[in-house]
Amino acid sequence: MIRVAGAGWLTLLYKELLRFWKVAFQTILAPVITSLLYLLIFSHVLESRVSVFGGQIGYTAFLVPGLVMMSVLQNAFANTSSSVIQSKINGSLIFMLLPPLSPADFFVAYVLGAMARGLVVGFGVFVVTLFFVPTPIAMPHPFWALAFALLGSAILGTLGLVGGIWAEKFDQLAAFQNFLITPLTFLSGVFYSIHSLPPFWQRLSHLNPFFYMIDGFRYGFFGLSDVPPALSLGIVAGSAFLLALVTLALLRRGWKLRP
Amino acid sequence: MSHAVEITNVVRCFGSVRALAGISLAVEEGEFFGLLGPNGAGKTTLISVLAGLTRADSGTARVLGHDVIADYRKARRALGVVPQELVFDPFFSVRETLEIQSGYFGIRNNGAWIDEILHHLDLTAKADANMRSLSGGMKRRVLVGQALVHKPPVIVLDEPTAGVDVELRQNLWAFIRKLNRDGHTIILTTHYLEEAEALCGRIAMLKAGRVVALDTTKNLLARVAGLTVRLVADRVPVAWQARVQSRDAHVFVLGLDRYADLESLLAALRIDGIAIDELALQETDLEQVFLRIMGAAPPPVAGAAS
Repeated sequence: MIRVAGAGWLTLLYKELLRFWKVAFQTILAPVITSLLYLLIFSHVLESRVSVFGGQIGYTAFLVPGLVMMSVLQNAFANTSSSVIQSKINGSLIFMLLPPLSPADFFVAYVLGAMARGLVVGFGVFVVTLFFVPTPIAMPHPFWALAFALLGSAILGTLGLVGGIWAEKFDQLAAFQNFLITPLTFLSGVFYSIHSLPPFWQRLSHLNPFFYMIDGFRYGFFGLSDVPPALSLGIVAGSAFLLALVTLALLRRGWKLRP
Repeated sequence: MSHAVEITNVVRCFGSVRALAGISLAVEEGEFFGLLGPNGAGKTTLISVLAGLTRADSGTARVLGHDVIADYRKARRALGVVPQELVFDPFFSVRETLEIQSGYFGIRNNGAWIDEILHHLDLTAKADANMRSLSGGMKRRVLVGQALVHKPPVIVLDEPTAGVDVELRQNLWAFIRKLNRDGHTIILTTHYLEEAEALCGRIAMLKAGRVVALDTTKNLLARVAGLTVRLVADRVPVAWQARVQSRDAHVFVLGLDRYADLESLLAALRIDGIAIDELALQETDLEQVFLRIMGAAPPPVAGAAS
């Protein structure tokens, strides 16, 4: 009767993908349109006024990778956090707690699901915004961009998992998002190069891990960045690794899930 | 041979409340076992410990010999739990729900067994309906189905018939009985004492986190001897006053050992010239045992008497 378990985490991943795919209008199309609105409004107002990287690239082109990465990060976070809090509140989390899924199974499935959603939305934003950029984007280092997108979505997917497990109500999760995730994303250089900031705010930006994700990602598009991309990659990969260790330790302890 | 379920000195506190105050019991393979107790007795907490949903402060729980913490994969694969709350994932259809649940246990291509489950639970027609569209009773049956996808040797049902109508309840019990005959161990918590009486071979009664009775259903019924008589009269003959179990104005409840005692009671009433306004006979049922044990609060019985 007892069969050898195959990979239960694959089913959990499949469930996570199916969950957002079934409501793709809200989970994929809506964020793409939001990003497009940002692009149209900011580029219309700022294209001729803001100079980035000493005028080497236009503001609208500069904005594209920022918006793509912001969509990747926000949607990766939204996917895990909303999935976990919904199944906690409607009680269906028990279906994932009763089977023999290990903490690592749980972690890998949720984070990969979040990465998939982040990357799909990010790709959608990229494709749509390309139509509105006056000059073509050459993208000299696509693999650098991909590496940052993968690591960034993994980090935010993990944060979403932790946030979803921690929060007991939707408003607690909203606080996590509004007071931590959104400010860190907006103040990371999505809409501006930090070189245009006063020195104090430049230094402060260097403490924001999201800054390195966006800056490194943008390097993939233009070969230009505020800090060396290898440094950014190191910081982002290190953050992802540390966060994964902490999250796995929390899951092993059954923190909030198996009280 | 290992027990189907073995719980040893399990303690679990929530703040200052001792939900489980040192519970030990064992359920043998193939048993149909009842877990009874008033609300707050610790039944659901005990099941949560067994299922790995909550951790015991001390003590151990094993399913087929596998510790629920140290050997959780094997323990959980051996256990199917029907939770008490009517929960569901609104994103999926009935069949998707069962397929996904199979997948969590590492089982692919489970279609034939899922079809059988759907058939036995009378859900075939609703297989492709979204979970949201189902009635409460149907959602409850899907929960039963989810607990069975991996054909667990040990099945725990936490008040599975709450909110299920009578006909469906009969179907559900027929199915659970069949599973029991096929060799599955069944552990049932219920508020319907007649259900426990009809189904369970052995029963543990819980009160305030302790086992206060653990015996075969037959022996438990024998504890409250024989019959009870509900008599409405002015008074009871002096010789019979020791038999009065309860009194409410002119309503007396008396305990009898056998039907023959009724003869002597009637004779005594006639001799004293007491008029009978009403008289009714009742056979002992589990409810009386339950009320007596819960009310009397005998010293806690520790240890598994199996």
